[in-house]
Amino acid sequence: MRKIWEFFKGTLVLVSKGSAAYYAWMLSLLALMAVGVAAYAYQLQNGLIVTAMRDQVSWGFYISNFTFLVGVAAAAVLLVIPAYVYKWKPIKEIAVLGEMLAVSAMVMCLLFVTVDIGRPDRFWHLFPKIGILNFPQSLLAWDVVVLNIYLVLNLVIAVYICYKFYNREEPNPNFFNPMILFSIPAAVSIHTVTAFLYNGLAARPFWNASILAPRFLASAFCSGPAFMIILFQLIRKYTRIQIRNEAIFKIAELIAYAMFINLFLLGAEVFKEYYSNTIHLAPMQYLFFGLKGHSNLVPYIWTAMVFNISAFLLFLVPRTRENFFTLNVGCVLIFIGVYIEKGMGLVIPGLVPDVLGEIYEYSPTGTELLLSLGIWATGLFVYTLLLRVAVPILTGEFFLGEDGVKPVIVDTEFIRRADQLAESSYRD
Amino acid sequence: MPKGKARDLQAFGMSRRKMMKGAAAVLGALALPGKDAPASVWESFFQKNFRELSNAEKAQVVARLEKEYSAKYGKPVKVGTKPPLEGVLYGYGLDLSRCIGCRRCVYACVAENNQSRNPQIHWIRVLQLDKERGVDLEEAEQYYNPAKVPEKGHFYMPVQCQQCESPPCVKVCPVQATWKELDGITVVDYNWCIGCRYCMAACPYGARHFNWKRAGLPAGEMNPDTHYLGNRPRPIGVVEKCTFCIQRVRNVPGRYTACVEICPVGARKFGNLLDPDSEIRYIIENKRVFILKEDLNTRPKFYYFYAT
Repeated sequence: MRKIWEFFKGTLVLVSKGSAAYYAWMLSLLALMAVGVAAYAYQLQNGLIVTAMRDQVSWGFYISNFTFLVGVAAAAVLLVIPAYVYKWKPIKEIAVLGEMLAVSAMVMCLLFVTVDIGRPDRFWHLFPKIGILNFPQSLLAWDVVVLNIYLVLNLVIAVYICYKFYNREEPNPNFFNPMILFSIPAAVSIHTVTAFLYNGLAARPFWNASILAPRFLASAFCSGPAFMIILFQLIRKYTRIQIRNEAIFKIAELIAYAMFINLFLLGAEVFKEYYSNTIHLAPMQYLFFGLKGHSNLVPYIWTAMVFNISAFLLFLVPRTRENFFTLNVGCVLIFIGVYIEKGMGLVIPGLVPDVLGEIYEYSPTGTELLLSLGIWATGLFVYTLLLRVAVPILTGEFFLGEDGVKPVIVDTEFIRRADQLAESSYRD
Repeated sequence: MPKGKARDLQAFGMSRRKMMKGAAAVLGALALPGKDAPASVWESFFQKNFRELSNAEKAQVVARLEKEYSAKYGKPVKVGTKPPLEGVLYGYGLDLSRCIGCRRCVYACVAENNQSRNPQIHWIRVLQLDKERGVDLEEAEQYYNPAKVPEKGHFYMPVQCQQCESPPCVKVCPVQATWKELDGITVVDYNWCIGCRYCMAACPYGARHFNWKRAGLPAGEMNPDTHYLGNRPRPIGVVEKCTFCIQRVRNVPGRYTACVEICPVGARKFGNLLDPDSEIRYIIENKRVFILKEDLNTRPKFYYFYAT
């Protein structure tokens, strides 16, 4: 017990120490979080009237961000499968960073849902026993269950790996392997359930298409890994962690396949709606070409289309996939493209035109934007904290001392240029 | 690395006090009742779902709400909890050949059911449709505003909660804050709803409305004869909907809803579907009747018909 307590104290020391760059980064995130808190206080004071949501478009920017981030979280599984099932070493070393990304994305998801509900003071109504969780009837109840399981699962896996490394031990396979294997269907489930949440509503033809869940999964395997590729390059530049090029290129290759499936499924959907040309075409028409002079989303969705297709081509050709400039351009394009397509591009046309044919053009207010910015900052803050502890452990700069109780902390800087680093590891 | 260096760097001193700092600050951000809040605030915070309340607890809740509303609106307010009547299943008929689109029903409903005046919440919405196109919702106009109705070439279709036998809104609620009563009325427990608005996404008729803001309900216009599941004042951040004037129709068997009562052309009909002699049964059996969005299998108990 004492050992764990000392480990915990050590992690607190770690997160409070760092280079000037680390402090600057964390302080700017804290500043943005403060802006988010102020925006939320304003919203609590006045009600959701301060958003642009109304009865016609009853979900907006918050739920769009939530939907996108569920995809980012599910994408950790793209690292886990090659790492642990196929025991591919280059990715195995860094899979824990993917699990931590999943934890941070889940935190953001839960925050986005919290700020969207009208009565956050009644959150306890969702707890089984003391409240009433309408399980298995409501897909939202399913979502609450699987999101929380996924959050806890990834947190446990990441903390367990780190603690074992810190103790200079190998993870116990009898405990560890079942959890890792379980995390794969769990990742698929958070995405499938979130897709079903929309999919099950017969009132909304744009969502009520069976292709929605597969499309969700395909696009998730694009956005999350694209973020990871950029992040891995930053991590290996500014910390002592080594990440091999072949791991990065392999992830890029997987993104290319996922993006192909995503574009194919989208094409299938577009064909069906336009060729059959029923009244259910209206939302898609609104999204791609505008309806009766209302066309707020049109420039966004075409941007997303161009970005996704260009990124797909960049990742398909080995020469551009393995060139870091074009690779990074592709990652940025995919992240933005999927953010538009899976966020506002999915949620808003589900509600426009509304069930009685009314068109209410939604675009988020300043309060919604600032509050969302605060939540993104919170997610990055959480992820940086997790990295601050995990990176020194992985590089052998934070480990159990020889007395078997006290930790040894070598890394007091965290973010620094790789060329200023000394030997690759202090441990040996 | 040299061992001496490692030992020097060994765990910086860290007091427990230091770690606890700042933890308390987070709690302030939550919208929970403060420490000094009056007992009634805590009572309402911990109130159970209406369907789980015992009779004694119901009486307590009603007493608390009546006191609160009476003080707020400056007149004695009654909050009823009358359960469904035996052998009654409410049904509604709307004669599209008669409706002139005057919207008197809309405002009678607002007055009876204590909807917010600012911002305006309407449980009934009247669609203006083209006679040539028929019931084509994509071409419907809700905000028609001529000097005189009806306008040539148009007909009017009021839409409100269709009181589905198989309500999609009830199924999706994550906390069972909304349900269908035995007399067929779908109700909301405004004290249990968490305001996630999933039911609004699920409803094919746009019948559910959200309190985006604190309800603007002038004391003078407040109807003090209320029902817990119906027209009592709604708190901010919850969903509300038409209840077939539950406070009226349960109290006096046979009484009409406010919208039926006000309709100047008799386009609105209301009655007991289980009574073979009721007017609504006569309409279903003898007129050309249709239900809205039949393909969704929601099985509305709201029948549109053409009497002439």
